[in-house]
Amino acid sequence: MTAGIPLEHGLLIAAGLFVIGLIGVLVRRSLLFQLLSIEIMLNAAGMAFVIAGARWGEADGQVLFIFILVMAAAEVAVGLALLLRLSNRFRDLNGDSMSSMRG
Amino acid sequence: MAVIFYLSSVIALLAAAMAISRRNAFHALLYVVVSLLAVAVIFFSIGAAFAGALEIIVYAGAIIVLFIFVVMMLNLGPKTTGRADGFLTPSMWFGPALLALTLLVELSLILVRDAGVGTAATAIGPKEVALSLFGPYAIGVELASFLLLAALVGAARLGSGTRLTGGDR
Repeated sequence: MTAGIPLEHGLLIAAGLFVIGLIGVLVRRSLLFQLLSIEIMLNAAGMAFVIAGARWGEADGQVLFIFILVMAAAEVAVGLALLLRLSNRFRDLNGDSMSSMRG
Repeated sequence: MAVIFYLSSVIALLAAAMAISRRNAFHALLYVVVSLLAVAVIFFSIGAAFAGALEIIVYAGAIIVLFIFVVMMLNLGPKTTGRADGFLTPSMWFGPALLALTLLVELSLILVRDAGVGTAATAIGPKEVALSLFGPYAIGVELASFLLLAALVGAARLGSGTRLTGGDR
């Protein structure tokens, strides 16, 4: 990578961001915070792609980052629409209060 | 460049950790914006300027704004009155503002000292990315457009019946 930054450091930072997002999904019970943590995780995955692409000097990493960006935008649009529906129905955003759904 | 890279990484991790530990949704969103901007500065510092610009435009500019819209619709901010009075206390904006100011200084350093972004040793500019995206990856672009269309239809369908009840929650 450029200017003497080892590839491992970049990937470790991306992994750290991913783990922070994962912890957010696991410990927060609010659905909004869980969606936000998923965004952090997707961002970390895209960052790993860009860093690996910079390491090899290829544009493929940034191309895959664009695809991840598209997927994150689609996911957040559908997820937030579902969130609005659920908050109308259950009056709060706690994931545990939705454990009694019947098909 | 290495100093900028590591400082931005620390800011990104710190802001993400702060974001998932806030009670207030607005505070968390501010920290997430700072985390995304820090990742964009990382991209600038390793020569991926196009990815950095997209990170700011799409992630911080579009996705987080969508989150802010939903938080304001649901009135999830401070549980008290929902007024704007409590939003701008110094304790709320000081942390994100400090981190964002550090990022601004870093970006100014990149621009002044290294004569612009994308001039790193192995910089990959928009031209290479576009040639790759619309050359070998053209089928991926088509599939991404399918995905966006499906998300558009799904979000429109799911959101159409939503009754907005603001203020009483």
